[in-house]
Amino acid sequence: MAKSIEELRAIREKMRDQIDLRHKDENNIRVVVGMATCGIAAGARPVLNAFTEETRKRNLTNVTVGQTGCIGLCQHEPIVEVFEPGKEKVTYVAMTPDKVARVVLEHLVNRNVVAEYTVGSLDTLK
Amino acid sequence: MKELSLHILDLVQNSLRAEAKCIQISVKDSVSEDVLEITIADDGYGMDAALLARVTEPFVTTRTTRKMGMGIPLFQMAAEQTGGSLSIESTPGQGTTIRGIFARAHIDTPPLGDMVETLVTLVQGAPDVDFLYRYETDTQTLTFDTREIREILEDVPLNAPDVLHWIRGHLQEQEASIENEMR
Repeated sequence: MAKSIEELRAIREKMRDQIDLRHKDENNIRVVVGMATCGIAAGARPVLNAFTEETRKRNLTNVTVGQTGCIGLCQHEPIVEVFEPGKEKVTYVAMTPDKVARVVLEHLVNRNVVAEYTVGSLDTLK
Repeated sequence: MKELSLHILDLVQNSLRAEAKCIQISVKDSVSEDVLEITIADDGYGMDAALLARVTEPFVTTRTTRKMGMGIPLFQMAAEQTGGSLSIESTPGQGTTIRGIFARAHIDTPPLGDMVETLVTLVQGAPDVDFLYRYETDTQTLTFDTREIREILEDVPLNAPDVLHWIRGHLQEQEASIENEMR
């Protein structure tokens, strides 16, 4: 436990530096995961935690991950919305932790939307 | 919901919507009493008697976007299926306590599931709210208190990615030590 608390103090010092950086970055991306009853039952919890872990591992300090309530397309949960400044919102549906890894790499890092996971790819909505 | 920990994650959203600042989650997991008891006590704005009488109905919600609220009815159904029960107490201005009691050995009692992921998710979504978790078996107790972590972190938010990673590791370590001693 003592070692563990030391680790937490070290994180505090590291984060203080990063928070300063974050404010300067105008290239922020916001990722929002639907976390209402429908989302949770469909598997939103591992999807959210995959986003926080993947962005942490890749040190994507310009990405913030948030939670929201029911987005209104319960049958397509888990739903994830990605907001990039100056671009239209992208809505991903039926997300899984495996899909998250790909969205983080292709969309959040390389800035290419993973079209086949988006709400626009659903046959029922075409 | 496949796990009780997912019900907990869902029910705490009600506490957050009620602007709770401190949420206590207790799990009593007793083989000797054959009981799995989940209690969520918050200091949010509470409910008046009229709303309290109706919250177990599936189409009651304070949300204005759509008239559906399934969280409490699903939890109640899950508890009652095992011969258990649900109770809710609430005082306007003081808070709400919801408790579900399950017969632990009943075939329909879902596993508690991954409480570590539920707690990490809650802290991620509400870093300014304090969460107190207590898990108690016949012989062991695990506790988690974000106030202690906040004291060490000072001005650094609890949902910073490295902090969440630390919390996950810390909780997993504690869970593992409990499991080892139970063997």
